[in-house]
Formats: sequence, C-alpha cells, structure tokens
Amino acid sequence: MRRTPLRPLAHVISAREQGENPDLIEARERAKRNQAAQVKTRVRAENRLLILGLAFIVGFGAVGGKMAYLASSTPAEPKEYVSGSQIINQRADILDRNGNVLATNMSTQALYAQPPLMVDPKKAADDLYLIFPDLDHKRLVRDFTSGKRKFIWIKKRLSPEQRQRVHDLGEPGLLFGNREMRLYPNGKLAAHILGGTRFGEEGVRAAEVIGVGGVEKYFDTMLRDPALEGSPLQLSIDLTAQSATRQVLEDGMRYMNAKGASSILMDVHTGEILSMVSLPDFDPNDRPRDAITGDPSDSPLFNRAAQGLYELGSTFKIFAAGVSLEKGLGNPQTMIDTTSPMKWGKFKIKDFKNYGPELSMEDVIMKSSNVGTARMAMAAGSSAQKRMLKDLGFFEAVPVELGEASRTKPLLPKNWSEISTITISYGHGISATPLHLATAYAMLANGGYQVKPTLQRLDTTDARGQRILSAQTSQQLMSMMRRVVGEEKGTATMGDVEGYEVAGKTGTADKPKPSGGYYEDKVIATFASVFPASNPKYALVVSLDEPEIEAVGEKRRTAGWTAVPVAAEVISRVAPILNLRPIAPKQQITYTSSDNQ
Amino acid sequence: MRALIYILCSALVVAVAYWAYTENYTTQASNRRVEELHRQIASEKEAIAIMRAEWAYLNRPERLAELADLNFERLQLVPLAAQHFAELETIPLPPRNIVIPNNPVSVSSDGGKQYP
Repeated sequence: MRRTPLRPLAHVISAREQGENPDLIEARERAKRNQAAQVKTRVRAENRLLILGLAFIVGFGAVGGKMAYLASSTPAEPKEYVSGSQIINQRADILDRNGNVLATNMSTQALYAQPPLMVDPKKAADDLYLIFPDLDHKRLVRDFTSGKRKFIWIKKRLSPEQRQRVHDLGEPGLLFGNREMRLYPNGKLAAHILGGTRFGEEGVRAAEVIGVGGVEKYFDTMLRDPALEGSPLQLSIDLTAQSATRQVLEDGMRYMNAKGASSILMDVHTGEILSMVSLPDFDPNDRPRDAITGDPSDSPLFNRAAQGLYELGSTFKIFAAGVSLEKGLGNPQTMIDTTSPMKWGKFKIKDFKNYGPELSMEDVIMKSSNVGTARMAMAAGSSAQKRMLKDLGFFEAVPVELGEASRTKPLLPKNWSEISTITISYGHGISATPLHLATAYAMLANGGYQVKPTLQRLDTTDARGQRILSAQTSQQLMSMMRRVVGEEKGTATMGDVEGYEVAGKTGTADKPKPSGGYYEDKVIATFASVFPASNPKYALVVSLDEPEIEAVGEKRRTAGWTAVPVAAEVISRVAPILNLRPIAPKQQITYTSSDNQ
Repeated sequence: MRALIYILCSALVVAVAYWAYTENYTTQASNRRVEELHRQIASEKEAIAIMRAEWAYLNRPERLAELADLNFERLQLVPLAAQHFAELETIPLPPRNIVIPNNPVSVSSDGGKQYP
C-alpha cells in the first residue's frame, strides 16, 4: 500500500499558485485518514465479536453436546487398567503342609432351558433324555410343552462331552451357564477333614460354592473372601502320611473284621494334626446326603476320629498314674495293692486275670490292672483326677478347626462320685473322642505342656502352652508306656517297631448297648501311642470298632491283638515318610559300607 | 515479526493437536491391548488351574502306588521304610560335572491354547 503524504508536494504547489491555504489540504488528508482508521477499527471489533461469539458457541455447544450424549447413551462402568488389582472371585485352594493340592476349582457348565425360545420342545426333550437317561422324560416333555415354564434348570454340572452333545442338538432354547466346580483330586483321602461343598445361590452366569462340612465349612468365609486374592489355605495334613495311614488302616480294618476305624497322628510339640482318618469314608467330590434315618454314626459322613464319643478304656490308666506321680504319692516302683476282686460298696472291680496281691506302679500300667489303677485313683482323690482330666482337655470339645468337633462335647458323669472316680481311672463312665485322647497323649509326651490341636499348618516347631505336668512326671510316664510295648509281658508287644521306640497304652472297652448295659462281644479297641519314647515327636491313636480276629486258636478282640498291630504298621510306614530317622539299638551301630570298617 | 509469531503459534497448535490426537489413539490402542492381555492372563490362569488340578489328580498317592506296583519289575519301588535311612558318609557322591540341558522345553498337557 502506498502511503499518501499529508501534504503532497504537487497539491501544495498548485494551491500556492492559486493563492489557497495549503493547510486545508493537510486537514482534508487528515480527515480522510481518520475515516479510514475508523472503518478499520470497527471491522476489527466486529470480527473480534464474531470470534468471541463463535468461541462461546463452540464451548457451550461442546458442553451441550456432551450432555446430550450422556443423556442418550447407556451408562458403562469406568474401567481401571491397573494390573494385579483384579478381583478373584474363585474359592481359594486348600493345600497340604507341603503344598500338594487337596481342593481346587474347575470351571464347568450348567444346563438350563428356556422353553419359549425352543424350536421343537418335544424333540428337545426326547434328545435330552437320550443324553441324560437319568432325567425324568415325562416331566421334561410336560415342562417344555406346557408353555407355563419360562426357565428350567436341567443339570448342575456337565462334562465337556455332555456339553458338546447338547450343543450339537442345535436347540436355541437349551443354554449353558458358567459354573465353578470344587474338585478334590485325591478322592476319598482326607474326606472327613475337607468335608465338601454344594452350590448356594444360583444365577445364570455363576453360582456360589458353599462349604458344607470339615474345613470347607469352618473356613468358608475365609476361602470365599475376595480380599485375600485367592491365597490358599494350608493345612497341617501331610498328604503322603495321610495316604499311607489310610491304606494301612483300611487293610487293618478288613483284616480285623472291624466295622469302622479311625486314626490320628499329631505332632506333640505343636498340636498339628498330620493325618486323621476315619473309615468308612466317602468321596467329597460326590458327597452323600446327610443321613436322616438311622444311627448317624453309621453314615460314612460321620468322623469317628473327631465326632465319635467312645469309652476309651484302659488308655486312661496312664492319667491315673500321672496324677499319682504329680501328687508325689509314689514313683514307678511304688507297690500297689492289686488284690482282685476289689469291693467298693455294691460294686466289684475285677482284672482281666488275677495279678496277685501287689504290683509296682509301672507293672500296673504294663499289665493294665483295673484294680491297681482304681487304688491309685482312690489314693489321689477325685479332685486331683478332675483337675488332670480338665487340663488334658477332656471337659470340653476339642478346639480344632472342624465344626463337627466343636459340637462334640465329651460325656462326663453328672455326679462325680467315688465309684465314678474308680471307673474313670480305667476309662469307663467317661466318653471322649479319639482326638481328645491323641491331644492328651501329646501333652503327656511333650514334657507336660498344653497344646491346642490344629489342622492349620503352623510356622513354628514349638507351640506348647501352659505347663500341666512336671518334666520328670512326663518322662516317667513315657518310660512306663515304653514298657507296655517293649517288655515281653506288656499288653502291646506287637506294637514294637524297630528303631522307633514306640510307647503307648492299649484300651479295650465293651460297647454300650443303646438299651443300656454293655455288649459281651462288641468292643472298641484303642491303642494310644507316642514315638520315639526317648525324644517324643508324634502321638498316634488307632481305634477299631468291633474288631474280631481268630488268632492262636481263639477269637481275640483285645486291643493288643487288633489295634496294636495296625498301629505298628502305621508307624513303620509313616515314621520314615515324616523323615524320622530310626534310632539304632544301643552299642550295635553297624555300618554296611566298606568305607567304615 | 508478529506474523512469524502467529505462524509459529499456529504451527505449535497444529503440532500439539497432532500429538494429542496420536496420544489419544495410542492410549486407546494400549487400553485395548491391556484388556486383551487381561483376558489372555485370565485364560492362562484358568489353563494353569486346570493343569494344576490335572497334575494333582494324576499324582494322587493312590494312583502312584498303583503305578509303582504295575512297574515293580522295572522300577523296584517299595514303600519307604526305616532301613532305607543311611549315614551320609556311606553314600558315594555323584561326579561333580553335572550336565544342565541348555535348551529347556516348555511342555503343556495339550499344547496350551485350548480355552477360549
């Protein structure tokens, strides 16, 4: 643009020639310029207003558009992309103490039908019946064709093959829902400990899995807690030991013609239960229904080890000896009157056979004399006996992580009279579970401290609580029980496993009749043991229900002939599994290798 | 001078807009990828869970005992017993040069990718 000067020389010269004032020219030019500037300013202002207006339109338009979009669109969950923060809604696994899987989950599918969606309801019913012959065909046809039902569950769990076959029918009214299935890969092993599960609230997409027994029920909330992110529950059970025990016990039960059997293996220092078997058992993958009729103790669901209340017989005698030693009434060599029969009021207490006028305390235990034990109990008094049994846990349900156990309170005499004191000293008139007995023996063996039996793996090797017996008493009781097994005249000689110094006490109790009184020919044979005696590590209780065996020319039912050999077999199988080195007989250490000659 | 600033500014705006645009799309792409990976992780986890269950089932003590019995001729396996314990000194140590395979192969029960 060419800038016009305010006083163009040509104009000024011509104006001067004509005698005009050249200032007018300047004024004119100035006015022209001002006008142009005004126009320019206005245009600019107008443009600015326009841009501002546009900016407002865009701004408000964006907000309005977003509002319209939000109002018309379907709401969606905001997504968060942080890895590792996803919710795990699976039930947690259950592992044994070494990390082997005892219970885990499998995804499977459930089948349901929506008859309104069906192309050919009659054919669908026929085809389904071919795949699942266990369905009620008539009912299926009625449900599908009546038009009243809109939704029907058909199968709760399908195998992949079944699913494929249903899928191949091509019927749009047959639909699948995802299901999480609880799987127990070891089958019957540890059935009573694990318990089992069932489906709770069921939806089309998923169903709750609820524990119905054993640890599955006890730890139900923990296993289902999403906050724990599926961290597994680790039990104290040793899978291999459990398997070996179950196998031996099953064979033993068959061999001894028993109708049931149970065993408990416990770490005496921590109270951890390493194996607990109750036979007959069941498959938790296909848990039978609770028995409604008949004796619940005949159901395979019944846990004999933790639920079965039995009079445990002579296994209690060691507690009477413990009371005497603790009260300072004698030592293992103190002589005790064993004149049989012993008369107490109208009662007569007899021994299995007459042991003569007197025996030392250790011989009373070794030969299992009722009379001798009764005399010890009378001398110590019933309050001392009660305190001892209470300390050993016989007054309460076992505080183990099983609902079944916590509902099982021992049966105690209502009125603890002197005759109760006498009979309880040799294990009659008091009923407790084998688990009570195992816990009590663990306490005797670990130096006299209380332990809490547990099914959860502990990280410590010593969980002993309050002291209830002196170390000396504990040690004396151990050597007395060692004599029961190790001496030729003991009642449990068959229980001597080479290298493991088994100590224990047998107990054979007549079974009570439901109508009152006792059966002549039905017994509960129990062997409660601890090994190795010189440095006790494990307590084992084996109990057989109604064993009977033909041996050396006569029918035998006593524990020494039935429960003891089974327990010995359990120990010889399980002790090496638990990495327990056998103790070499003294002064006979021999090396087989040529290096050590 | 002013014009230059204007040009530079508008170039900057264009550049920033382009950057925001690409960032937006890369974010969306990586979100999709993350989602995809999550799905993949979930299905891998499920596959692992199934394999763990399978492993536990195949290694159940009952089956192992049966297999040990069946193959007794070849393996001569017997249950662990007390007489199997020995003093460490009596065991001849294996030679020191142990060969570690340098091409480890990952093995799954059925080629993996089966679970949609």
